[in-house]
Amino acid sequence: MDAPRPGTLLLTARDITAHYEEDGQILQALDNINLTLEDGEFVALIGPSGCGKSTLLDIVSGLYPQSGGDIIIDGEVLTLSQRLGHAAYMRQRDLLMPWRTALDNACLALEAHGLPKKQARQIARERFPEFGLSGFEDAYPAQLSGGMRQRIAFLRTVLTERRLLLLDEPFGALDALNRVALQTWLLSLWERERQGVVLVTHDVDEAIFLADQVAVLSSRPGHVVHVEHIDLPRPRTRQMVTSEAFLGHRAVLLEGLGLLEVDVVPV
Amino acid sequence: MKTTRVNAVTRWVWPLVLLVALGLVWEMAVRLTETPRWMLPPPSAVFTSFYEDWSLLMQHTRVTLVEVLIGFVLALAAGIATGVAIDSSRIIERAVYPLLIASQTIPMVVLAPLFLIWFGYGLLPKVLITALVAYFPLAVNTVDGLKSGDREILALLRSMGASRWQRFRLAKVPAALPSIFSGARIAVAFCVIGAVFGELVGAKEGLGYLMERAASQFETARVFAAIFILAFMGVGLFVSVTLLERILLPWRRYISDGSRGN
Ligand SMILES: Nc1ncnc2c1ncn2[C@@H]1O[C@H](COP(=O)(O)OP(=O)(O)OP(=O)(O)O)[C@@H](O)[C@H]1O
Ligand SMILES: [Mg+2]
Repeated sequence: MDAPRPGTLLLTARDITAHYEEDGQILQALDNINLTLEDGEFVALIGPSGCGKSTLLDIVSGLYPQSGGDIIIDGEVLTLSQRLGHAAYMRQRDLLMPWRTALDNACLALEAHGLPKKQARQIARERFPEFGLSGFEDAYPAQLSGGMRQRIAFLRTVLTERRLLLLDEPFGALDALNRVALQTWLLSLWERERQGVVLVTHDVDEAIFLADQVAVLSSRPGHVVHVEHIDLPRPRTRQMVTSEAFLGHRAVLLEGLGLLEVDVVPV
Repeated sequence: MKTTRVNAVTRWVWPLVLLVALGLVWEMAVRLTETPRWMLPPPSAVFTSFYEDWSLLMQHTRVTLVEVLIGFVLALAAGIATGVAIDSSRIIERAVYPLLIASQTIPMVVLAPLFLIWFGYGLLPKVLITALVAYFPLAVNTVDGLKSGDREILALLRSMGASRWQRFRLAKVPAALPSIFSGARIAVAFCVIGAVFGELVGAKEGLGYLMERAASQFETARVFAAIFILAFMGVGLFVSVTLLERILLPWRRYISDGSRGN
């Protein structure tokens, strides 16, 4: 992987709008999204279900066309097909191939990038212990727990060594324990590699704990209603979750999501 | 492990018990009613025929088996090629698929005599009929299999920058294989029927030919011996394909249909 270049712009989404068309019905998913991500920066996206978070990542990765606006990666406006292969994209579902073993699933992206299978396997095998997957190299996805499957999908994503990581609720399907373990693990990996990360999550605490910036999206059609800069020091520790600053950010974000108003009893 | 072993045994025990019981009933019925042997031979007479006519039966079995195998391999190649072509292009799909289905309304009874006229009494017309009957299930199952692939997995590969060929090789083909295998299981059974049918219409050798000749000579026990061999051949080929699938697709045994496939 190339060395991180802090301060340079890795990704800019400029005035992005998007819609879906179904049976002649037009459904607007995104409305004028503006976002920037520096190299080595960690941005979290939160917003209500259906507000277009996955759509935005699909657009950035080159899978879905925006109806307006530009995606700028490394300073260049890239067309839809030019964007393919630029980012390491982990989608909401783990999308493991049932016919491939854990090891072969993990090295899929390396193979797609043209590495010989033997070499790809070697690289993936070395990372298995660190992901708590040792001994499961030859297991098929159907034999593994949800948490393990998620970790394999995750390993598959980071093995591509892209500067830009797009993570769509990578821990969404996990229980609380697994979730915390993987968050901590993601942080330590990121401290080492310092990619630019866009992380979609439903979990406000997760967003604050991990990110430098948290962008709050409105309900559909999604637009950015608030960007919260998280000023907790790095490296982050679990203890920070109860700190004054953390709780402050939390209140602001919940407010931005309109979740605080729920508590207010109408007069 | 233990339970699967027990299952495998019981799976074979009950059909065998039933088979033996039916054989006994048949034997008794023939003897009690004193049915003439040329009309319905008892199983014991069929066994005698197996013993006495063994080399004759094997000689014709070899011919039929060769027709079946060549026909099957041809159908496999043509069926998969058609399936891939249909899946690869909308235009080909629109043009070919309706014709493919329409072709199935042409009965073999009509084609077989024509093949006789065009290609004579040799191996070729039998192989062609065999291939034709096996072709359809293989082509259709290949199309279904290729289309069954998870669209999101294809999207994932695209996001990795995978080429169209890589997507085909890494995602579509493996996803299609189970469906192709179930097509092959059906096709291989059809093949035996196809080959015998081709032989019945006009041939100088093969089990179909042997059956017809034996029947005209009222050697009914030999007809039954040939029928048993054909049944055995059909089951044997079916089981071979199933075993091959187990070996080539080891992951299938962990998929308890739909319950866990994410
Ligand atoms: N392929 C599609 N065709 C039609 N509509 C779609 C399609 N994909 C998404 N949508 C619609 O677009 C909107 C945004 O979807 P998207 O998946 O981006 O939401 P999301 O923010 O990721 O939601 P969640 O948090 O539940 O994952 C939703 O209302 C959804 O119904
Ligand atoms: Mg989503």
